[in-house]
Formats: sequence, structure tokens, C-alpha cells
Amino acid sequence: MSERSERTGKAGAREHSPLWEVFVRARRGLAHTHVGSLHAPDAELALRNARDLYTRRQEGVSIWVVPAGAITASSPDEKDAFFDPAADKVYRHPTFYEVPDGVAHL
Amino acid sequence: MYGNDFSAPDDAPGGGLLGEVEAAEAALREAAARARRGGPAPDEDLEAYFADVIDADQKIEPRDWMPEAYRKTLIRQIAQHAHSEIIGMQPEGNWISRAPSLKRKAILLAKVQDEAGHGLYLYAAAETLGISRDELVELLISGRQKYSSIFNYPTLTWADVGAIGWLVDGAAIVNQVPLCRCSYGPYARAMIRVCKEESFHQRQGYEILHTLAHGTPGQKAMAQDAIDRWWYPSLAMFGPPDGDSTHSAQSMAWKIKRFSNDDLRQRFVDMCVQQAEILGLRIPDPDLRWNDERQGYDYTQPDYDELLQVIKGNGPCNRQRMEHRRRAHADGAWVREAAAAYAAKRAEKNKEKVAA
Repeated sequence: MSERSERTGKAGAREHSPLWEVFVRARRGLAHTHVGSLHAPDAELALRNARDLYTRRQEGVSIWVVPAGAITASSPDEKDAFFDPAADKVYRHPTFYEVPDGVAHL
Repeated sequence: MYGNDFSAPDDAPGGGLLGEVEAAEAALREAAARARRGGPAPDEDLEAYFADVIDADQKIEPRDWMPEAYRKTLIRQIAQHAHSEIIGMQPEGNWISRAPSLKRKAILLAKVQDEAGHGLYLYAAAETLGISRDELVELLISGRQKYSSIFNYPTLTWADVGAIGWLVDGAAIVNQVPLCRCSYGPYARAMIRVCKEESFHQRQGYEILHTLAHGTPGQKAMAQDAIDRWWYPSLAMFGPPDGDSTHSAQSMAWKIKRFSNDDLRQRFVDMCVQQAEILGLRIPDPDLRWNDERQGYDYTQPDYDELLQVIKGNGPCNRQRMEHRRRAHADGAWVREAAAAYAAKRAEKNKEKVAA
């Protein structure tokens, strides 16, 4: 239903009917959101199945399907090393900067 | 809201079980917001980290470390759940061609389509634990994994379709709403989706029974007969009594399960009594009585020996259900192969086009 464990990534390749990840855009103006996954022999059938499976109740206006094998995910083990640089660069946020009293439109 | 609402005012969306599903969804988002960033520290014990996440009511995600037994028990539970959705299409599918009106037929078709969808969400959730759907289907077909005992009972009349919606889907929701808060993220998210749709099933079943119970004496008798036959099997859906439940204690410690079998069964009975009154139908239990001290109904337990027999494969329809599932799988093999061959041919052609 979301990121695969590493084991399934491998199992998926052998199958008849590979795994696809499904992204749906709920309305105009919103981003596509991952909603789940499904098996289908090819992209067209994946799209049709996704239509039936994930948009039965007007949940979306646009669907993307991506072969699960085409997705590379970050690993939780390297989370700290991978995402930490963000923590010590607080100056990337506008809130880091002090605005002198009385300045307007800033 | 789907169709007519026959429930009490306090059971409207926002309250009642649907409200609980929404609360669980909100809790899921809150948990994500206060999650500690990053995985375990390099020198941190993985088991301690896992326990920490569970204690903090956070979600375990597919690529997190988890005890092997946690993984196994989740695979077993989610797969069984998925199999139940798929086998559960049979008893109701039995009435699609014989539904009494076009409207009822369209609704039943939509419902059975939902069940297929629930099966697929759940197989996808199970797959995040490192098992493939093909393996799971194989485990079902070879009889090494089970599905819910309830689907081994036959649907003898149209009213049974109503009783399945009200009682069987009703019991399923009572069971599944707490699973929306289960510690394994993909399962919790799948359950939120499933519960929202299951609520439609329960209400459509209730509406069928309500219509029959307010129709001709013959229709009312048919509705009563359906309840008489489905009541105890529905109570048995919650599993053996707490004393005999093998997986309960560990599942509760891991926050996979949040309430005991008996607690959920009691909750279901308490809900049904009032709903049956409004239907004008009788719950087939002469010993059903309000217990002021416990603030709940006393009721007759289902026959657990029968439950055991059904689980072992000796229920009224076990063989028929499995045969049907096996036959569909075997007869469909050439279609799956054709689809795969066609996909391979198209992929080959695309490659040539790119190369040219």
C-alpha cells in the first residue's frame, strides 16, 4: 500500500503480472498523491484497474501508474545522514531572519 | 450518506462508527506529525527502537526493522482478511442474477465490486511485508491459509443478502474500526479506506431488511428467517472467547489488535439490539437481556464447536467455496498468460521503435 519492503521489490520482478504504484490527483490544482498499488500485465491495464479500484467514488480526475520496479526509495537506515543537512541550515527558512520593528511589506 | 438513513440520529456521520474511522484517520495524521524524525540512532538497539515506536503510538512502516514474529502474524492476519474479501464475493454473487429489482441488482453489483477492491487493497498491504500476491493466492488455494468462517454459510433467499449486509458487514466493521489504529501503517491505512466503504454495505443490507420487514407477511417472515440463520454465525466472526484465543495477547501488546474478541462481540450485540427493534425483527436469542450492572446485554454465546468445525473445513459450503475459487484460478490461467504475452510483445515492439 506504500513503499515496498526490500524483499518484495525482488519478488515482484519474477511475476506474470508486475506491481504498479498508483498516484491520483483528487482535483484540479492539487498534486498527485500515492494511493496504493496493484498488479497488472501492462500499463494500460494498470490504468484501467486503477480507475476501477481507486476512483470508484469520484476520488480523482487524473491517474498516474508507475512500475514499482522503476521507483528507487531512500532507506530508513541512512535517514539521518541523508536528511540531516536540513537541520543545521536553519537560514534556509525566512523565519530565521529578524525583521526590525516598523518595516512593512516584508 | 448512502441511500436512506434508518439509524438513530446520534449514529449519523461524524458520530457512530464512521466518526470513529474519521477520528482514527485524524490520529494517523497526528501521529505522523509528532513522529521522531529519522530511524534508530546508529548505536540504538533495533528491538528497543521498535518497542519505542509502538509505545508512542507511532506507525511501523514497511522498511522499518520489525520482529520476525510481528511480520509473520501480520502476514497471516492481513492475508486472511484479504482472502475473506475475495471468497466473500461468492455468497452474495449467488444473488446478482436473481436480485428482485434493477436498483437492488445495481447496488449488489457495486457492493461485490467493492469487496474485490478491498481484497486488492489488503493483498497490497500484505505485500509490503515481503510476500507476493501470487504466493498468498497459492496459500489460499492449497488450503494453508484460511478465510472468515462466515462465508461458508449458504445464501438461501434474497433476505440473506440483507442479513449479510447488516450482520456480517456490521460485525466486520465493529472488528475493523479499531484496526484503523493498528500499529502497522499500511494495514491501518487500508482499513480506513475499507471501513468507509463497508459502511455503505452495512446500510444497504439494513435497508433491504427494513423494506422486507415492512412489506408483506411473507417478506417479513423471509427477513426474520434470514436473521435467525445469520445471527450466531455473525457472533462467531469475532473469534473464540478470550480464554481460547491463541494470538490475542501478543497482538494486543504489539497494538495490532486493540480490543479482545469478547469486548468486540459485546459491542456488536449492544448495537444490534436497538437496530433490530427499529427493523421490527427479533434477534433469535431467548436469553437476550439488558444487564444494568454491566451496562450491556447478556446474550447466548455462539456454538464454538461449530465454529471450530467450520474453520476446519467442515462447514456447509467450505468445499463449494474452495472449489469455485480453484476453478476460477485454473480456468483463468490461459487469460493471465495471454495478457502477459501481449504485454511482452508490446514492450518488444516499443523497444524496436526506440532503436529504429
